[in-house]
Amino acid sequence: MKSIIILIFILIQSPFIFASEDIYLEKAPIDLSDQPSLQKGARTFINYCLNCHSAKYMRYNKLLDIGLSKKDIKENLLFTGKKIGDPMEISMPVAESKKWFGAAPPDLSVVARSRGSDWIYSYMKGFYRDSSREIGWNNIVYVNSAMPHILWELQGEKKLDQKTGKLSLIKAGKLNEKEYDSVITDLTNFITYMSEPGQLKRKKMGFYVVGFLLLLLVLTVKLKKEFWKDIK
Amino acid sequence: MAKKIDSQDSAGFIGWIDERFPLSSFIKNHLTEYYAPKNFNFWYLFGALALFVFVMQILTGIFLTMHYKPDAAQAFASVEYIMRDVSFGWLIRYMHSTGSSLFFVVIYLHMFKSLMYGSYQKPRELLWIFGVAIFLALMAEAFFGYLLPWGQMSYWGAQVIVNLFATVPFIGPDLAEWVRGDYLISDATLNRFFAFHVIALPLALAGLILTHLIALHEVGSNNPDGVEIKNYKDKKTGIPLDGIPFHPYYTVKDLIGLTVFLIVFASIIFFAPEMGGYFLEANNFVPADPLVTPSHIAPVWYFTPFYSILRAVPPILNSQFPGVAAMGLSVLIFAFVPWLDKSPVRSIRYKGILYKKWLGAFVVSFIILGYLGTVPSTIWGQFPMILPLLGGSDVATVVARIFTIIYFSFFILMPIYSKKSITKPVPTRVTMK
Repeated sequence: MKSIIILIFILIQSPFIFASEDIYLEKAPIDLSDQPSLQKGARTFINYCLNCHSAKYMRYNKLLDIGLSKKDIKENLLFTGKKIGDPMEISMPVAESKKWFGAAPPDLSVVARSRGSDWIYSYMKGFYRDSSREIGWNNIVYVNSAMPHILWELQGEKKLDQKTGKLSLIKAGKLNEKEYDSVITDLTNFITYMSEPGQLKRKKMGFYVVGFLLLLLVLTVKLKKEFWKDIK
Repeated sequence: MAKKIDSQDSAGFIGWIDERFPLSSFIKNHLTEYYAPKNFNFWYLFGALALFVFVMQILTGIFLTMHYKPDAAQAFASVEYIMRDVSFGWLIRYMHSTGSSLFFVVIYLHMFKSLMYGSYQKPRELLWIFGVAIFLALMAEAFFGYLLPWGQMSYWGAQVIVNLFATVPFIGPDLAEWVRGDYLISDATLNRFFAFHVIALPLALAGLILTHLIALHEVGSNNPDGVEIKNYKDKKTGIPLDGIPFHPYYTVKDLIGLTVFLIVFASIIFFAPEMGGYFLEANNFVPADPLVTPSHIAPVWYFTPFYSILRAVPPILNSQFPGVAAMGLSVLIFAFVPWLDKSPVRSIRYKGILYKKWLGAFVVSFIILGYLGTVPSTIWGQFPMILPLLGGSDVATVVARIFTIIYFSFFILMPIYSKKSITKPVPTRVTMK
């Protein structure tokens, strides 16, 4: 017990945790009802993220719900040999990836629920060149993250100004800042959608359920009044 | 109005049953001719609601059990399977997870009602004690259930709580190992917690709820005035003058409360099932990892007042046991309230201002301790070093200590202030406010 409490205290007070918890997170401008954005995000996710990260609780056929057709999914997004009902698994073994990166890339199925959308959005915009690290990259949101900047060709390379803590571009990428932000917005949007694919349906259903209950409330109030009118 | 059924003259199918099973008399004794005081207010809703939530937790639990796998390698995945692939699995799961939090909301309000209206006073001491036992069983039920999703918070929360047993002098470490069934929280622990959660404690709860209800119907309900309705009965019929049949009067009244409750419940399930991280914690969406300790471990909100007390008590002779003992006592002390309250009146309406102030202080300390239990004790920083005694210690810890003292004082000083507090005259019959 004591050792755990001490451990918690040490962890809470370590600069590592401060860096990851007290960092300013940018609000992710996502919109789960924006299907084209979700589709673009799904493509980015499958083409870039799904090589090292799995999303093993997410099935490809859930992409039908965001407006992609079966043909689309089969021809452009499925890995060879996979079926549309399969989950988004990868072939990279965890033990190997641990050796390569120092930490196995986590499964991303529910990462939006553990980290939050704003974290993902800021993290994907937080990479900078750091020659002191083996992988050559560091991240202002998650300091000493084991992940290299996968989208560097798109964003370009940034460096960290140690004084202001701000990032500035040192080498331009294929996209300008606005275009890159929009790619990350779509990606974050999709990852958020994927963390609970039924969430839009859930909210929609909620209006009907609460609406019904409000009507029921009127009836129950009237019923009670009728029964109680002789009680003084 | 419901037609009166008499077991002697009921005919047909009901009559056939009544000759073999006391159906009509049971319905009469416990519903249509169970006389409850006519002046119940808002606070009297929560007992019925607690029963409703209990049944709902059992029902949703049965469906979850059909798809959940109590196996350390599969538990987390099976919960996501329920959330994504089982038809309406997400609804069942959110009902269950939201239900567990709302169960405690309802139970806390139900307990507060009893404290306000003196519903534990003679002759309702046993009724109250059964209630405290239900509360204890419910806490155990919630604790065991929280391990099952096998997320980081499940794992480390269970680790912290089971390690509390390790602080017991002499036998502690062996005791903790015996509870876990392993040297650390593992598959063996998950399996036994599953067994406790789905069968042992629900069975105990059902039994305790039954005894709670039997005791209630034996002594009759208290009411916001705290006067005994059985003292004034109709001379001919023997029915209390201020009593009305539970059914239909309170069944229709409770229907309103139930509908309002369902509106709140549905709003959470459909629009905010995580409730800002209080009902479903963000860290619990990371699978349990025995090698990675989360930076901040806090129990779910309904345990935090007691957890705060645990943290507030400083170790004595290098042992955390005093804190653990204080936490245990902070729950068990409720059982003694019937004998601590020396007030001649039951209801807060006729108790003096002194009692009201103490009850208010208790509620405030319960809420503040509850909040402090959810955050790291460094949250409010430290006192400046130049201050004598306090210098360097965490502000939040000192605040938690003060409110821990107030929490216990509410109970320990009750015999004094409840006796001293000047009461108002109690009416002989109930009032309709």
